Order: sequence, then structure tokens, then C-alpha cells
Amino acid sequence: MRMTGAQAIVEALRREGVEVIFGIPGGASIPLYDVLYDSEIRHILTRHEQGAAHAADGYARALGRAGVCSATSGPGATNLTTGIATAYMDSSPVVAFTGQVATPFIGRDAFQETDVIGITMPITKHNFQIRSVAEIPEVIKKAFHIAQTGRPGPVLIDLPKDMQEGEAEVEFPDEVEIVGYKPTYEGHPRQIKAAARAILEAERPVILAGGGVIISGASAELMELAELIMAPVVTTLMGKGSFPESHPLALGVLGMHGRKAANYAVTDADLLIAVGTRFSDRSTGMVSCFAPEARIIHIDIDPAEIGKNVRADIPVVGDARRVLRRLNSTIKEMMAQARTKAWVEKVQQWKKEFNPRMDYDDVPLKPQRIIKEIMDFLSEDDIVTTEVGQCQMWAHHYLGRTKPRTFISSGGLGTMGFGFPAAMGAKVARPEARVIDIAGDGSFLMNIQELATVVENSINVVVAVFDNRYLGMVRQWQELFYDRRYSAVNLGETPDFVKVAEAFGAFGTAVERPGEIREALEEAFDAGKPAVIDFVIDRECNIFPMVPPGRCLKDIIE
Amino acid sequence: MEKTHYIVALVEDRPGVMQRVSGLLRKRNFNIDSISVGATEIPGISRITMTVRGDRVVLEQVMKQLNKLIEVVKVSELNPRESVVRELALIKVSVKSADSRAEVVQYANIFRGRIVDVAKHSMVVEITGDEDKVNAFIDLMRGYGIKEIARTGKTIMARGAKSVRVKE
Repeated sequence: MRMTGAQAIVEALRREGVEVIFGIPGGASIPLYDVLYDSEIRHILTRHEQGAAHAADGYARALGRAGVCSATSGPGATNLTTGIATAYMDSSPVVAFTGQVATPFIGRDAFQETDVIGITMPITKHNFQIRSVAEIPEVIKKAFHIAQTGRPGPVLIDLPKDMQEGEAEVEFPDEVEIVGYKPTYEGHPRQIKAAARAILEAERPVILAGGGVIISGASAELMELAELIMAPVVTTLMGKGSFPESHPLALGVLGMHGRKAANYAVTDADLLIAVGTRFSDRSTGMVSCFAPEARIIHIDIDPAEIGKNVRADIPVVGDARRVLRRLNSTIKEMMAQARTKAWVEKVQQWKKEFNPRMDYDDVPLKPQRIIKEIMDFLSEDDIVTTEVGQCQMWAHHYLGRTKPRTFISSGGLGTMGFGFPAAMGAKVARPEARVIDIAGDGSFLMNIQELATVVENSINVVVAVFDNRYLGMVRQWQELFYDRRYSAVNLGETPDFVKVAEAFGAFGTAVERPGEIREALEEAFDAGKPAVIDFVIDRECNIFPMVPPGRCLKDIIE
Repeated sequence: MEKTHYIVALVEDRPGVMQRVSGLLRKRNFNIDSISVGATEIPGISRITMTVRGDRVVLEQVMKQLNKLIEVVKVSELNPRESVVRELALIKVSVKSADSRAEVVQYANIFRGRIVDVAKHSMVVEITGDEDKVNAFIDLMRGYGIKEIARTGKTIMARGAKSVRVKE
């Protein structure tokens, strides 16, 4: 078929099943946007490219399929980078398109030229610059393939303007072969057998479930394993929702702001079955005293994660779902009686003893109370996104989730400003779900301009602002470790979030008393438009428990 | 135990692939002593040789991280004791007298080097060998006054049947 590069791009996207693009056009991407004008693909015009990248990421995480964003060259491209880095750290399949100055201008510091390929090399799984119109279909096929397979991640395609405008004879391949890219899906049978033996020998096993369980869709297999061998399950931030936190064997999240029972269990375990986790420092605490008594089985699709942060005694490289399936059937064949009864009783005891209190009646509000009301209000298919900081850790610690892809948070990069545009993306992905962003006032302000986007497009998400007028997490560290010297954390009196919401055409309400929380949530979700709830919380409320930096998981303080 | 490891990567010959490799080594905080690149027997595939300092854990990480790069087709570690390791150096030496000129020529012969350029006050010697040999020759030349050195960085090939090849 003979067509222009821009037509080839849009046709390739259609063939990939792309339904929506989040983006902002600019000089170097007008030819692409000219074709999009006639396309069935929905384009959502964000108000900042960072919002577009996070929205594509939120879409991808809610759906398990690539999210697509687009920006022009230069400043458009650099504005995408925080979103791309966020997706990279959390293994999220985002495909980003950037306009670029026409090929003859590249390298001449042309208007709005930037070396986005060089800039994004360390924060993408791979990136491409189009060098001929004819290669466009193959490059796009490769980009989606790379983004969505193996350990997923963002892929960027840079589109020089003359490549969008030029014409060529193009063919659309159904499959692509990438010689240097062959992810391993099946775990090695010998390693799986070794893992099964270690599991049956263990008396104090703990399963550690990470984001890989969600990505691979391995929740059912994970539950089968837990129930088969009667092992308690802890999750990382990224793994939240991979195992129902309401389950009797669930101990909740571990780590710096994890549940005490989870941290204790990992510390006392004689076997740790880690699935789809990269052992982030926020999950492990000091590595030298992480799971000190345990042999470690590490199941991950990325071989480079094995032994990177934590030693693995029995590594299994492969897709979590396939490995767990095989592991479960191997265990069933070998089945001896699970010997974990005493251990399960012990962790249940911890769970009961350290069950956090949430029913505060205080004014100003305690965040625990708000989280409790939100949790009671939502159904298990609804989606919670978070900003970053104390608000995120309150949600992480207190807000129980039972299904995968219903808790979306910037875990690795810790990007303030992520939650709101991610909520927008998640709502577009799953319009039938209620979507709420657990926000801090500091984080929300970092991408608050997207209120215009959600209002204009009737993407009815709710932002719950945990408003303490502080950069609260930094303030907490300053309080605890820097002698209460509150340097540059006070956000003062502005803005009035209700008025801001209203100015954008959204619904806004402020809540100061515990009795008003439920009603505010109902009003917000029934408003028929996006909504902001300004929860005025206890300014100096901290997130506890906490493992101080550089300490062991067991040294968790209240 | 920290030591120098020889790593060979076969990569797709595309714009930016060296930047991907060197950028990866930098971002992961790996120490490299030398890196060189050249063509292979297969069109479109280049061969990068690098020497990396570190213990086994570092070596394993370097290799795994390199393997994750899409344009890296194969990564191997080669044992220098079972391989041929070579580096080429061009050394421009001052020669102020006929005596020193004769001595430089003599040393070059002993080291199986070649004189590749002669001018009134300088000579360029080309020398090939392993790192120790090249260093020894350079040390000898210091007495005459070295004006310039250009080294290619090391390249390595396993002896005998073992090969670093792209799988068919």
C-alpha cells in the first residue's frame, strides 16, 4: 500500500488495537495529528505532556495492555520523560510517540529539537527513531511487542517530521522477529523441582508477591500455592491486589511502611518464595538482615533481577503464572503434609495483635479514618490510584485491596503528580469502575492542570486530597531525623481546592469532620462530573509504623 | 574477589548502539577499563570487547544487563588464559639523534613492532600484543620522549573450537 508515514503510523496503531492516545500536538507532530483527525482512535488532549504519559501508564496498568501517549519534539518530548521513567521503574507497557524536527535539521539545534533518543535511552526498554517511511509498520509492531512482552516497559518512537509527511510503499507485518530479544517464559524444570522440594521441607514459609504477579496474571496460581502449602502471603507496594488482603493467609504489605506482622514473618521465615519482585530497598530494609533465616526462591521473568539486590538460593527465571502452575503441580505430585500449622498460628497471632486501628473520631481528621471510609465505600473492582508521599503510604498500609489492577501507584520512581493523571487513564480504560486518587495536596498540585482534561472529556474521577498543607513525608523525616527543622516543606494557605475544582468546572467539597466523609464520597461520585474532596487532616500526622532508613524490617517502630 | 573480566558482546550495528552499551555501564556504576568495537563475519553485526573490573556478582550483573538491551544479540565472558588478547598501539617517539633512531628501530624489531612513519624528529611505531607487552614497549620509549600514543583498546578471541557466534 502506498501511503504517507503519518497514515502508516495511524494504520499500524489501529492494527495494534489502540483505542485511545493521550497527548498534545505541536509543530513537529502536526502531520500525524492531521491523520488522527479522521481516525476512529480517540485522542485525549491533556494539558501537560507529563499528564499524557501518566495517563497512558494508568491506562496500561488498569488494563494490562499498552497505553499510548504522544508529544511534539523538544519541550513536548522532555515533558514526557518523568512519565516514561515512572513506567520504566514499574514495568508498565507504555508506547510513547514524539515528533522530531525533519531529518535534514537533526543535529543542527533546530527549533524545538532535542535528542530524545539519547535522553530516554536509560529510561526506556527500547527506543527507535524512524529513518525511512517504509520501516514504520515494522518499527511500531516491534515497539508494541517489546513493550508488552517479557518484563514490560516503555518504548519510545521518535518521528522526524519528514518521515510523517513522506510517502512510501508500506507493508504491515503480522509478526516481527527480534534476534536479540527472546524472553524466557517457562521456568527450568530442575529449578522448579528444587523449589518444590525446598517448599515441602519448610516449616516457616512466606510468599512474597510483587508486581510481577499482577503483570503476569498469576493471582489464581498464587492463591492455589498459598492454600496448598498453607503459607502466609505478604505483598510489596507493586504487588498490592495480587492476593486478597481479606484472605486469612494475607499479612498485607511489607517494607518501610508495611504491616508489622508482614515484616516479622519475613524476618522469621525459613523459606521465602519471592514472585515477581525486584527486592526494592523500600521492601527489604537493610539487605544484610532481610529474611536472615530464610532460603530464598526467586521467581522472575527478568534474569538480571536474580541476585541483583538480594541473594537467591533457588532462582527460577520465567513468567510467574507459568512457573507457579508448574510448581503447584509438582508440589501436588510430591505432596507431603504441610508442616506449617504452628507457623500459621504464630503469624495469625501477630496479625491480630498488630491489626492497625482506623476508627478515629478526631477533628482535624485522621487519615486512617478517611482510608477506612473510602475502603468501605468502594467495591472490590473499583480502582484506587495514589500520589506519592504520606498519602501513598497511608493507602499502602491501610487500604486493603482484593483484586489485581485495582491499586495503581508509582512505586519505583515515586513520582508526585502521578496519581491524578493515572486515575484519568484508568477511568478511560475501565469506564464502569469508580476511580479515586488518594492524593496529598503537594502531589495534586503537580498535575492539577489535568482537571481541565477530565472535565472537558467527562472522565469522572474523584480526587481525595489528604490536605495537610505540608510536603508531609519530607516533614516527617525532618521531624524524626533532622531535629524538627522543617526546611521548605510548608505549603501555606493556598490554594482553596474547592474553588480550584469549581473554577475548572469540577465538583468540589471540603470535609473537616469524620461524620461527613461518607456523604462527601457519595456526593463526589454522584456529581456527574469529576470531583475533588478536600479532606482537612491533622497537619502533623505521621505514617507509622516505619522502618527507619538503614535498619532491618524487624526494627519497625510505631 | 575483584578482577578484570573480558566480555564480548555481539550487537546489531545500528546508530546509538555504542551509546546504549556505554550508557548502561555508566548508569549501573560498572567500572570498565577498555572498550572497543569492530565489524564481524556477519554483515550488520558488530563486536564489542570490554574489560570490566569487579567480583563475580558484578560480572554476572554486567552480562545480564547487557543481555537486556534489545540490540545486544549475544554476550560472552572469555577467559584470557584460554584466549588471544591483543591491542594495537601507535606511538610517536621523538628521535633527536641517529643513535636514538637506531635504538628505537632495534627495540621495535625485538617487540615485533613496525615503523610506520618516519619524520625528521619523530617516528611512529606500530605495536601489537597483549597489554603487558604494549606497556613494556611504551615504558622503553619514555626515555626518548613520547609525543603521542593511540591505543585501540583490547580485543579478544578464544583459542581452538570455542567461538562467540550468533545462534543460527
